[in-house]
Amino acid sequence: MEAFEHLAAARAKDRPTGLCYIRGIFTDFVEMHGDRRFGDDQAIVTGIARLCGMPVTVVAQEKGSGTKERVRRNFGSPHPEGYRKALRQMKLAEKFGRPVVCFVDTAGAFCGVSAEERGEGQAIAENLMEMSALKTPILSIFIGEGGSGGALALAVADEVWMLENACYSVISPEGCASILWKDSSQVSRAAQCLKMTAKDLLQLKIVERVVPEPADFENLYENLKTGIYHKLVDLQAFGTEELLRRRYDRFRKFGVPG
Amino acid sequence: MKLTKNLFKKPNNPLEWYDSRTKDSIPDVPDEMCISCPKCRAIILTGDLNENAGVCPKCGHHFRLNSRQRIGLLTDADSFTEHDGELRSTNLIDFPNYDKKLWHARLKSGENEAVVCGTACVEGFPCALFVMEADFMMGSMGTVVGEKITRLFEYATEHSLPVVGFTLSGGARMQEGTLSLMQMAKTSAAVKRHSDAGNLYVAVLTDPTTGGVTASFAMEADIILAEPGALIGFAGPRVIEQTMRQKLPPGFQRAEFLLEKGFLDDVVPRGRQKAYLANLLSLHRKEA
Repeated sequence: MEAFEHLAAARAKDRPTGLCYIRGIFTDFVEMHGDRRFGDDQAIVTGIARLCGMPVTVVAQEKGSGTKERVRRNFGSPHPEGYRKALRQMKLAEKFGRPVVCFVDTAGAFCGVSAEERGEGQAIAENLMEMSALKTPILSIFIGEGGSGGALALAVADEVWMLENACYSVISPEGCASILWKDSSQVSRAAQCLKMTAKDLLQLKIVERVVPEPADFENLYENLKTGIYHKLVDLQAFGTEELLRRRYDRFRKFGVPG
Repeated sequence: MKLTKNLFKKPNNPLEWYDSRTKDSIPDVPDEMCISCPKCRAIILTGDLNENAGVCPKCGHHFRLNSRQRIGLLTDADSFTEHDGELRSTNLIDFPNYDKKLWHARLKSGENEAVVCGTACVEGFPCALFVMEADFMMGSMGTVVGEKITRLFEYATEHSLPVVGFTLSGGARMQEGTLSLMQMAKTSAAVKRHSDAGNLYVAVLTDPTTGGVTASFAMEADIILAEPGALIGFAGPRVIEQTMRQKLPPGFQRAEFLLEKGFLDDVVPRGRQKAYLANLLSLHRKEA
């Protein structure tokens, strides 16, 4: 399968979104709203839930289904307040010793005047910095698109998993093709060159696990449920110091020359 | 033969090919030559411009400086010791034409990579210093840039040194794919450790600071300063105009705009930067 076909699947309109995973995997989910600074971003859903009895903090980018809902969710492209809301919940998770599970699905952080004047870059930067030392386990799962910094801001984690068709790239292949080759018909070539598929990223050790996609997503939720639970238990077994050292080393190793 | 054939070929990527004829650069011409300021259109002798640290004497427009000019301007004579200057990028994911682009960038900038790191003294105060380089693929961050910045912060943490950093970047380097993106997390984690150990980090954002660098170490400093008129943002203005079909207000994403919105501590003209930084370093000096 070509990279671009994976991307098309990741972007498919009928693909399950963040909230489907929350409903399919967790119980007793309570949604928490707002960043206490500016507003409540609808492109990121945060809250507390149970996973096999264990309380966890859940953060999910939500694209919405149906035109009206998609517009309300800003097509899953968060504003700065979305990232600040996510960080607020992660800080609470740290305080109460809950692990954090993030579901990533965004074409990218929103780029527009409103996002810029409220500090999109600063909000993402703060998440990267704080997540790198958050004293509780973090697991990030890419369920659809993983667009650049807007995805990474929920993925400075102890482990990163990707669904078979999910993508993760530094720039959209459309952006890459238009900047490098001034030719939007080169999108498929750009997708290939950017090494954005789950398989490529597993090879580059940017992700730890590729989750196969069955025809029926209900099965997927069951599989993910046990998979996530066991991983969180394993991660919790490390002491805080060991956990943070491993997280630091996980990112430290990328692109060390020689 | 191939070389001469391509000698007059127009570069296919204006974002990364920093043409020396563009209005914001200082052309390497004899002192008696003139240049017109893009802001006030005054005719300035290039000799005067160089003496004035690349600032238009009439209107104060800040022309871009390369990393060595900036180090010369900021640090005490002979105090700069470079770190990791030999590190060079390779084509990690076999991206088309990347080798050629790197070769051009090295030739054009005279540097091995898009950031110069080291230690230096500013009016006698020691610090770790990084300066990003416009002439090397517009300061884009690939794995080597990320590695050099990370090593600098690790060194500074180990030696309890403050870090002063001049950012300039078009963003993460797409030719290294998702590995470039990982540098945002890697550098941020190193900044965090440096910060948690009680050390000072001052960033000076220069024109342009965008994309993955804005969304990582540029915005993570304890004190964030910028040069007048510098373009600072996450998404570039052209991207916003194209995707949103929205005309941008004048001054949008400029240093003064960010100061007003609360994302900068101060806008500091180039001529005052050395004294300003020395004062900050002095105010944060750890008692021995």
